[in-house]
Amino acid sequence: MGRRVAVVGAGMTKFVRRAQETGKELAWEAAKAALDSCGMTLDQIDCVVLGTAPDTFDGVHMKGEYLADGAGAWGKPYMRSYVGGGTGVFCPIHGWYHLASGHFDTCLVVCEEKMSSYQPHPQGAFLTIFDHTTERPLKPNLLWIFALEMNRYMTTYGFNKEDIARVAVKNKKNALDHPAAQIPEQYTIEDILNSEVLAWPVQRLDVSPVSDGAVALVMANEHVARRVTSKPVWVEGVGWALDTAYWTNRDLCYPRYVEVAARMAYRMAGITDPAHEIHVAEPYDPFDYKELHHMEGLMLCERGEAPIITAEGKTQRDGELPICPSGGLLGVGNPIAAAGLMKVAEIFWQLRGEAGKRQIARKAKHGLAQAWGDLMQVGTVIVLGI
Amino acid sequence: MLKSKDLMGTGLSSQDFKQKKVLVERWTANAKYGWDQGIAIGRYLRELKNGKITGIKCHKCNRTVVPPRIFCEWCFKPMDEWVYLKDTGTVNTFSLCYVAWNMERLKDPLIPAVIEIDGASSGMGIMHLISEVDPKKVTRGMRVKAVWKPENERTGAITDIKYWKPIR
Repeated sequence: MGRRVAVVGAGMTKFVRRAQETGKELAWEAAKAALDSCGMTLDQIDCVVLGTAPDTFDGVHMKGEYLADGAGAWGKPYMRSYVGGGTGVFCPIHGWYHLASGHFDTCLVVCEEKMSSYQPHPQGAFLTIFDHTTERPLKPNLLWIFALEMNRYMTTYGFNKEDIARVAVKNKKNALDHPAAQIPEQYTIEDILNSEVLAWPVQRLDVSPVSDGAVALVMANEHVARRVTSKPVWVEGVGWALDTAYWTNRDLCYPRYVEVAARMAYRMAGITDPAHEIHVAEPYDPFDYKELHHMEGLMLCERGEAPIITAEGKTQRDGELPICPSGGLLGVGNPIAAAGLMKVAEIFWQLRGEAGKRQIARKAKHGLAQAWGDLMQVGTVIVLGI
Repeated sequence: MLKSKDLMGTGLSSQDFKQKKVLVERWTANAKYGWDQGIAIGRYLRELKNGKITGIKCHKCNRTVVPPRIFCEWCFKPMDEWVYLKDTGTVNTFSLCYVAWNMERLKDPLIPAVIEIDGASSGMGIMHLISEVDPKKVTRGMRVKAVWKPENERTGAITDIKYWKPIR
């Protein structure tokens, strides 16, 4: 499986609704913080991977090239990865194969998103994901597909909104301990259930916010990693998969593509019983039901069981299987590509015991981060371990 | 360890813009497109103009799909046979949507749904809208029928079906 690869440093900016910094400036702030965290400088970096979501957000063609200088790519081999919302977890996978191949020894992975530039609301930037002939004439908005999927999930297993709202309560509360968080809050289940109905069953507090922000990781081959840090966090498994764009032909109650990606990552990591061998996970949670949906796709529990173990408290920070101890997208914020990489950074900090007030109670040797995106069709999974 | 005092990133509020503390450059994209409908969707739309919904069959995978496509994404072979489907179906999932694309609020909800079309294989749906119904009464599994535009108003578009209404 190629050379061993580790994450050796991580850094991020605050996540905010609208940042004064340009995307390039945000990228630099995160990249600098990641390099500083492991005492490295840009001249020790062999190659750079950048993740950022649609060019439409910024109105800049080939945004990757525009952001390159901020990501530290001047004069270096540089590639932008883009798989929609799955980008943030795909980028360290991209970094992994640069290094596992043996072609490079160090890689700076930077994910940046500035959604606020799009006026009046960045939701408009998503309209073009719908089929231009068979769907867009119906004037859809992005919430539709989430609402349709959430309703299918709830009605398949007979869950009510209360079962789902527990995730929003947990994650927004977890985010109170995250110094970069945009909307941390102590809510009750009633608060979530009483929030404005946007597209039933989706309500205001079921949804993550629009955000600006950036996150970066430094990745290195084993011989470099051991010199840089006494606590390298190894990339143990990677997986990614895409489902059909004919999304109305799929059963939306289960993310099969996440399962395919997870199986690929578990096989590489030698994990046969993920529910017990994964000790902490950061599944993608742009909506509260998505955390549950993804836990099932990741086989961290049986299908239709995620809301039950959530209600039992197993997914709290002091539970058997802490889920989204960072506060997730629901609490920390959702600058698309940066949000996914924030999850990988959280697993890095958790496994090193450096998560501060967010540190989970149980011992953890293996952790997982997962992201999801495009037209509800891509799953990206990374398993990290110490 | 991540500490608040070390974190960069400067949040702005709407006050900052009102008080002109920050400067903004504005630009509007002038992007116009003419999309070719393609072979499969082209025929699908022509048949919609005739008041008919078409699907297409893959004999190898033994399934009839809608919207039609010229190749089967499973076995990657050309599709085998065009078939007419019924203009009735079953609600696979739905939403009651109170916001427009720009987040403006709607008093009466739009009811987008995935509708499984009768005559296609199980689970084969299209996205469309439901109307002529009390939003509170819409359920998964509800039977619906297409409400077509009058023939002289049809243009060969998905909107030739105005919406779907419950079969009573």
